Amino acid sequence: MSIPSTWDVIVIGGGHNGLVTAAYLARAGKKVLVLERRYCVGGAAVTEEIFPGFKFSVFSYVVSLLRPEIIRDLDLPRHGLEILPLESTVTPLDNGDYLAGWGDPDKTRREIARHSLRDAEAMTEFGRLMHHMAQAVKPILGMVPPDPTSLSPRELTGLLRVGRHFKDLGAERFHALYKLMTMSSADYLDEWFETDGLKATKSASGIIGTFLGPRSPGTAYVLLHHYMGEIDGSFRAWGFAKGGTGAISESIAGAARRFGAEIRTDAGVSKVLVRRGGAAGVVLDNGDELRARVVVSSLDPHRTFLQLVGEDHLPDEFVGDIRRFKFRGSSGKVNLALGELPNFTCLPGVGPHLRGAISISPSIDYLERAYDDAKYGEFSKAPYMDVIIPSMIDPGMAPPGKHVMSIFVQYAPYHLNGGWTDAKREAFGDAVVDTLTRYAPNLKQAILHRQVVTPADIERTTGLTEGNIFQGELSLHQLFFLRPAPRWAQYRTPVRHLYQCGAGTHPGGGIMGASGRLAALRILGDGR
Amino acid sequence: MTRELIIIGGGINGLVAAAYLAKAGVKVLLLEARDVLGGLAGGVDPIPGYRCDVGGPDAGWLLPDIVADLQLDAAGLELVTPQACVCSPQEGGRALTLWADSARTAEEISRFSPEDAHRWPDFAAQIGRFAGLLEALYAVAPPQVPDPDGRDIGTLLRLGLRLRRLGRREMVEFLRVAPMSVAEWLDDWFKSDALKGALGAGGITRIFQGPRGAGTAFVFLHHQVGRPAGAARGAHYVRGGPGALAAILANVAQGYGAEIRTTAPVREIVVRDGKAIGVALETGEHLAARQVVSSADPRRTFSRMVDAGQLDPEFLWTVGNIKCRGAVATVHLAMSELPRLSGVTEEALGGAITIAPSLDYLEHAYDDAKYGAVSRLPFLEARIPTLLDPSLAPAGKHLVSVQLQYAPYRLRPGGWDDRAREEVANVAIETLSAYAPNVRGSVIGRHVVTPKDLEDRYGLTEGHAYHGELTLDQILFMRPVAGWARYRTPIEGLYLCGAGTHPGGGLAGAAGRNAAREMLRERRA
Amino acid sequence: MEGFAWRRWAGYTAASVYELTHEREYHAVRSSAALFDVTPLYKYLIRGRDAARLLDRVVTRDIAKCRVGQVLYTPWCDGRGKVIDDGTVSRLDETTFRMTAADPNIRWLQLNASGLECTIEDVSERIAALSLQGPLSRVILEHACEQDLAALKFFRLTTAKIAGVTVTISRTGYTGDLGYEVWVDAARALPVWDGLIAAGRHYGITPAGLLALDLVRNEAGLLLIDVDYISAHHALIESQTSTPYELSLGWTVALDKERFNGRDALVAEASRGPAWRFMGIEVDWDALERLYADVGLPPKLPTTAWRASVPLYVGGVQVGYATSGCWSPLLKRYIALAHLEGPYGQPDTVVEMEITVEHRRKRAGATVRALPFFNPPRKRA
Repeated sequence: MSIPSTWDVIVIGGGHNGLVTAAYLARAGKKVLVLERRYCVGGAAVTEEIFPGFKFSVFSYVVSLLRPEIIRDLDLPRHGLEILPLESTVTPLDNGDYLAGWGDPDKTRREIARHSLRDAEAMTEFGRLMHHMAQAVKPILGMVPPDPTSLSPRELTGLLRVGRHFKDLGAERFHALYKLMTMSSADYLDEWFETDGLKATKSASGIIGTFLGPRSPGTAYVLLHHYMGEIDGSFRAWGFAKGGTGAISESIAGAARRFGAEIRTDAGVSKVLVRRGGAAGVVLDNGDELRARVVVSSLDPHRTFLQLVGEDHLPDEFVGDIRRFKFRGSSGKVNLALGELPNFTCLPGVGPHLRGAISISPSIDYLERAYDDAKYGEFSKAPYMDVIIPSMIDPGMAPPGKHVMSIFVQYAPYHLNGGWTDAKREAFGDAVVDTLTRYAPNLKQAILHRQVVTPADIERTTGLTEGNIFQGELSLHQLFFLRPAPRWAQYRTPVRHLYQCGAGTHPGGGIMGASGRLAALRILGDGR
Repeated sequence: MTRELIIIGGGINGLVAAAYLAKAGVKVLLLEARDVLGGLAGGVDPIPGYRCDVGGPDAGWLLPDIVADLQLDAAGLELVTPQACVCSPQEGGRALTLWADSARTAEEISRFSPEDAHRWPDFAAQIGRFAGLLEALYAVAPPQVPDPDGRDIGTLLRLGLRLRRLGRREMVEFLRVAPMSVAEWLDDWFKSDALKGALGAGGITRIFQGPRGAGTAFVFLHHQVGRPAGAARGAHYVRGGPGALAAILANVAQGYGAEIRTTAPVREIVVRDGKAIGVALETGEHLAARQVVSSADPRRTFSRMVDAGQLDPEFLWTVGNIKCRGAVATVHLAMSELPRLSGVTEEALGGAITIAPSLDYLEHAYDDAKYGAVSRLPFLEARIPTLLDPSLAPAGKHLVSVQLQYAPYRLRPGGWDDRAREEVANVAIETLSAYAPNVRGSVIGRHVVTPKDLEDRYGLTEGHAYHGELTLDQILFMRPVAGWARYRTPIEGLYLCGAGTHPGGGLAGAAGRNAAREMLRERRA
Repeated sequence: MEGFAWRRWAGYTAASVYELTHEREYHAVRSSAALFDVTPLYKYLIRGRDAARLLDRVVTRDIAKCRVGQVLYTPWCDGRGKVIDDGTVSRLDETTFRMTAADPNIRWLQLNASGLECTIEDVSERIAALSLQGPLSRVILEHACEQDLAALKFFRLTTAKIAGVTVTISRTGYTGDLGYEVWVDAARALPVWDGLIAAGRHYGITPAGLLALDLVRNEAGLLLIDVDYISAHHALIESQTSTPYELSLGWTVALDKERFNGRDALVAEASRGPAWRFMGIEVDWDALERLYADVGLPPKLPTTAWRASVPLYVGGVQVGYATSGCWSPLLKRYIALAHLEGPYGQPDTVVEMEITVEHRRKRAGATVRALPFFNPPRKRA
């Protein structure tokens, strides 16, 4: 006798992908329950008031790739979503000068021309190429990866679709894409540009969230992310959600609720119930059993399969694949409450540059040396930093006259020599503040409060294995039909009725929501 | 007089192409700049009494088809595969030796890690299967991706079948592994640092990446092609050295009617209205020809030998972007005795003595090079050709050829001068001496070939012996540049046949053979 | 910034008009003289033994035939024969050239210079360009530089002094009228401007902006990058690109010279004939008047030149599109510059142009015309 299911679908984890899956399923009329371990939804996309009056996007802090179809389908602006543009990127250089990319293409071109006429000209053509590449990649991002080993008509059709897509691109663009997929960002940019600070700042986007340096092959294609939204011109098409990234999660949760989904917080899942090889529900931390016809996990593959499901229910080969899936968290955050704005030596005073990103990436060598430290188990003494001051864009984030500063820091390896301790965390925070103070001398004295987030903290708080913000490295051998494991890259799992919808599946990474949406579509397509 | 065809460069690829074309009845004239043939396989006597080949004693794998097609056996070719593949001395006086015999290797590994020894046979079998796949791919012109023609579809289907025969699991595994870093891949398999270091060294050979660089697993597999089953890495020797191979090929080519001229450096490939019509020598002599084949590297061919006005600037830009960052210096040492490594037999010295005690060691070596310095603790591969052929040195003496990586072409500061050249030799000697202390005292002569020397004396752009790094973006249909992977060039009547084309360096004559076959196919069409 | 008063031009903001309307500025070009600041043009100085070879490799015209003191108008193409940009090349001496361009081209020039002995210098910011145009421009300029310019022929240059500043004067312009461009060290451009204005005071000189320029270049049938054609370096798809033949610039293509970028493609095109032609369109006045009369209005004419893609039809089938157009106050004609598919590109072909009358799309009868619409003898005299 089986207990009747109370729910059509239980979604484990209330991060943005879990919420997207829940919203799409609820929209299709399913009875959906989302279970979130923490007191608030969002996972790594949360806004928290760490110090009274100061609100922080504690982990993930910018948004660039949230799929527009999700915003439309779920009508997210109605639930409070508003994305404000980050206007500029300024890179302080070692010689006291700076390099800026502004919102206006002409202004950017003139600025780059200050450093190199050739580079200023190359920007336009490079932007055009990136536009083509983004066009080439978009359909792939929106596609359930076919299984190349299967001979089933459906998979063969899928493979043919991929093949035809590449063929339709034409040889020239296909080859450009192939280069982009296989090269290092430093090598790729070397073909186009000569200004070190420009190459470094562009390649910084290629290393975010990876355990790779700018000279590591496989980092070039992330350059594309800058161009996914826009044709060219502006340096980067990043935005900041009003109210912090938590507001994005809240808006998706709002949409899910409106479609009838139930969302429970403080409801950690300890186990996926497996009955006769199929998922039947979940067991909560408090011992409650909840039944559902379908269980979807938005947690990373390690947590989902090795902890919640358990090896006993899984084929050995699959367990091996999941075990070797690489996480290696490499980044941390430092969140500062400031009594006054930082005063950058290269661009003194208050100006538009404070409404954009400040990139501490003066040269390729600088980034590469930061990586060298991490390779051997140390945090970077002089790290790459992506700094934004959200209170300049959204005054609600800090008390009037005061500011919050979000510093994304790389590299901070999860596997730190000797492990992360409180002392190490503070030493890491000091390295960050000291390095940044070299560029903005008043910074140290302006700090009212400081929160340092290490990969170990990310893992502890959000549950992301090894603190990897992408639920698994975005390296070539962990993408597309290999994400997270061969044959199981289509949101299904070896356990019947159990699906995965987190960033550990294709296409993964960033606040994109594509994994969550594709998983929901697959579940609906399977007739569940 | 207009000749039928001129080949520029008498390296192994040029000679193989000459032999194939001459055999098919084409009137071939081959022009070599130096007074000896062979290119890097050419012999030099920089240390009186010692005969060494510029690029070291390893000839690279010779495609069996070449031996058969050109009947090289009858011409006196003798291939030698030493039993020892790699001997990797460790700190503390131990050494790990990998043998051509898989079981013997496993036994050796068990002294380091019984668990790894247990996994060895599976690993050896897997690399054998993967290398076999590459071997099939290397014997043909690369298929044109993404828009294959009729012939390619045949090739792809055959490969697809072969891939599928590997089994569903292995097939995906190949696709997964090739773009990986050799470090991550080996980490999946093994625990022992010594083993991973000795193997991982094969993934970084002559590329400007460390073992953590993505795509180095492919480089490892590339160098596995042609190895005996169960053997990892190791050497391909020819009795008499690579120079002897060059001499045999020259004889064979001449036997088929090819004309060979040495000391005939080409200054320019003469092009009129987009068509190659001959070459001009440094001496000013003009030689007309209906077709010209260059075995020089693509960057040199197009940016030095062809008038830029004949080429599309975008094409020139693409060619200029071929990465060929020389990273290896060769230090030839004349020695009064063999290096003494504790617990290592003379038999174990027969392959490559590899200084690569761990993956981190190799990665650190690369770190220095990234910032323009010679590795303080470099990855070394020392080979002793006198073990095979004592006649290369005076009686009782030995020649030790050491490949030192990384010695970056773009050395900072100041570049390659005499002091830097001496310094790199010292680093090689000191590094070897740390494991074999007698080396320091027994060096009686030295000859250093830096990447700059390779460029200046042998015409290799940035001193890269493979005419372009074997990174994922520079192989198969991307080699030498996208759209021109089939040995043809934008200039009508001009072809490439060097290591800068598919399948690349480290393989003796494969590019030359493939190029010749493409040209012959075109003539028939 | 961009409004009626200012327009973006190559990263600068340039004056659209110096008064409230551009009418007087326009008429000055055709009846007296107008002074334009055309400094935002990109300017390159190419010097060295192989300077001429570089230019010959890049542009479609034959640089070998360009004598010292001569100026050539020329487009330049990529390897497929698609136009990248157009501008002028001035031969300052045997081995020195100045090239003007609408877009940045230094990277392209450098790519083409491989293997050549020459230097390429971007002098865009260093050199100012003032364009004095109109029937009285010669007399004004002669006053300003105290030099007889009668001998200075169309598309030739000379040196002179204005307000004590050494300048180069070329008999060139973008108006299709008698006119000169004055090239001067940017730091000393202001006194030159003032000197020209002072010299022209009794001859009706006026500073003029881009609105007036846009009208006169339509009358002169001179095309504009990003408006009438898209650079091959910026086009996103193949169909956005144009060859010189398709822009009716076949006269600039020297197929008989040695290899240059795009030659092979252009040779092939020359033998098979271009798929498109760039022609003038004259809207039939009666037809226009009728369309407006139908809704009870007199014809509404554009006061400034427009830049938009406007479909052209023959028998209900689209055969081309106009990219610029205006009402010519001088000619009293509604004119446009247009791309027409090959067979329809013959002068006097009758077509229809889409016109929006009171929110509704209509088609007005029009006729294909050879360019330019206005070509006074004084331009070359």
